Amino acid sequence: MRGKDIGTSMKAIRLTLLLGALATLFFVLSLLIGPAELGIVKSIGGLFAGGDEAAMIIMREIRLPRAILALGVGFSLGISGAVLQGFLRNPLAEPGIIGVSAVASLGAVSTFYTGIAGASLFALPAGALGGALVAVLVLLAIAARHGSTLTLILAGIALTSLAGALTSLILNLSPNPFASYEIIFWLLGSIKDRSMEHVWLALPLMIAGWILIAFAARAIDALSLGEEAASSLGVSMAHTRILIVAGVALCVGAGTAVTGAIGFVGLVVPHLIRPLTDRMPSNLLLPSGLGGAALLLAADIAVRVVVPGRELNIGVVTALIGAPFFLWLVIRARREMF
Amino acid sequence: MRLVVSNLSVTLSGRKVLRRVSLSISPGEVVGLLGPNGAGKSTLMRAIVSQIRSSGSITFGDESLAALGDRDRARLVAYLPQARVIGWQLSVRNVVALGRLPWRGFAKGPGDHDRAVCEEAMRLMDVAYLADRPATELSGGEQARVLAARAVAQETPLLLADEPASGLDPAHQISMMQALRRLSAQGRSVLVSLHDLTLAARWCDRLVLLKDGSIADEGPPEAVLTSGNLQDVFNVSAHIAQDENGLILAPTGLVEQRGTHSGQ
Repeated sequence: MRGKDIGTSMKAIRLTLLLGALATLFFVLSLLIGPAELGIVKSIGGLFAGGDEAAMIIMREIRLPRAILALGVGFSLGISGAVLQGFLRNPLAEPGIIGVSAVASLGAVSTFYTGIAGASLFALPAGALGGALVAVLVLLAIAARHGSTLTLILAGIALTSLAGALTSLILNLSPNPFASYEIIFWLLGSIKDRSMEHVWLALPLMIAGWILIAFAARAIDALSLGEEAASSLGVSMAHTRILIVAGVALCVGAGTAVTGAIGFVGLVVPHLIRPLTDRMPSNLLLPSGLGGAALLLAADIAVRVVVPGRELNIGVVTALIGAPFFLWLVIRARREMF
Repeated sequence: MRLVVSNLSVTLSGRKVLRRVSLSISPGEVVGLLGPNGAGKSTLMRAIVSQIRSSGSITFGDESLAALGDRDRARLVAYLPQARVIGWQLSVRNVVALGRLPWRGFAKGPGDHDRAVCEEAMRLMDVAYLADRPATELSGGEQARVLAARAVAQETPLLLADEPASGLDPAHQISMMQALRRLSAQGRSVLVSLHDLTLAARWCDRLVLLKDGSIADEGPPEAVLTSGNLQDVFNVSAHIAQDENGLILAPTGLVEQRGTHSGQ
């Protein structure tokens, strides 16, 4: 028995280390790849030593923020998907489902429409964060009063539809074709041309979100047995709901604020990771975060390598790979979705 | 420690589900909760573990259960819900281990005592041989025993089990009741709701008969399971026999309701 436990936890540690190594590998690769062919020595020199000024600017102000954002947003999407699937006991749950992504996008899009986006670097992220905040407040107001998880999902669906409709309305009314083009482009999701300011804006919020989610780990394990059993195991549903909704909102809101909408990572990654674990929801959190980071870094490398001249949007790539893959998962595991 | 429920009332969506229910359970006692569907059995259990709002008082020993923190309450009272939910393909061992959550520190894995308690609980519910199987792949009756083992692993002085024997084969119905008796022999208190009248008669020390949210009768099985009570509360006639181990009851037919429902 004891030996079995240790075997299981060894397996979990090995998986975490493996995914960590994979994310690190892609992080380094991401730093080394770009239109400017710097070479490894020059890249490392630019990052740490200074020296060649052009190399330094490329590394520190273009590639480093891009890699950090891919890492942070990927981790956030992975861990958010894992915690939501555990919380809602629903393998189809993902950050988009509670409506935070959609309202964050709407917030960002309104800054385009009003023209504030052009005025300041921070206007767009602030709009997205504001949107995420509104979504969370609405969700908390609804979820805190009526207990059930179903209420939360339904409220999320309603928020998503409303935000989608309003986003379309803004596109409809947009002052000129250029503005609509900009909006659509942003909605596709990208980590291109981001600066360290974006990192400083988003990363602390995302880390705060990760911490809140970590505090809900025990609760989502208990929730495997349903809300009644979980509550009899000493889990406060209200408390858990606030931790998870706020954690996911911080992660997704901050992520959307700087990279636009990136779909499917939160949905697919926990699915890929789950069979490699003992399926205990808490044991899925860290591996899903690392897996999400690795996946988004890899996708961000792919968009630079596949069509070098005309860079693809990373949101397009994750959706193009993620959606068919998810469909395949569903067909393969039709009988047992989890 | 003694569970004392006094004047417990519950109103759900404007409907009075429990009306001034009072009962008590002593350590080492197995109390059977009987009553037709909708009589308020599950509501009573959920009210005791503070999952639904109630008026009246519920004390266990010196503590008011409603005033306790969620975790402290979970160390005193285990509740086995009627709905059997296992959300992911967890192994039987991992499901049972969830019973140890109220006792484990933050981000701490199970210790030796946790493991020993889980092993014991799995033996008690006869699921030790299934320990490494995914719980979702088991039969309904096996899942019921796994979830019961989870509640036992919570190591609480009071256990509330909502229809733990439903869906079990006859042998496991009896072994479920034997397991509850063994818990009571350790000094734990057990409140168990049942639909099988013979199981209730033969394995419970005392029975509480609920009807429309009120206690219709209460006492030793022989005193409660009378043909008059069965007729009033369940609307059935029954063949009642007795052997050396207690009553044997077989419902035989429906009878016209004499009381409150006649007009509906």
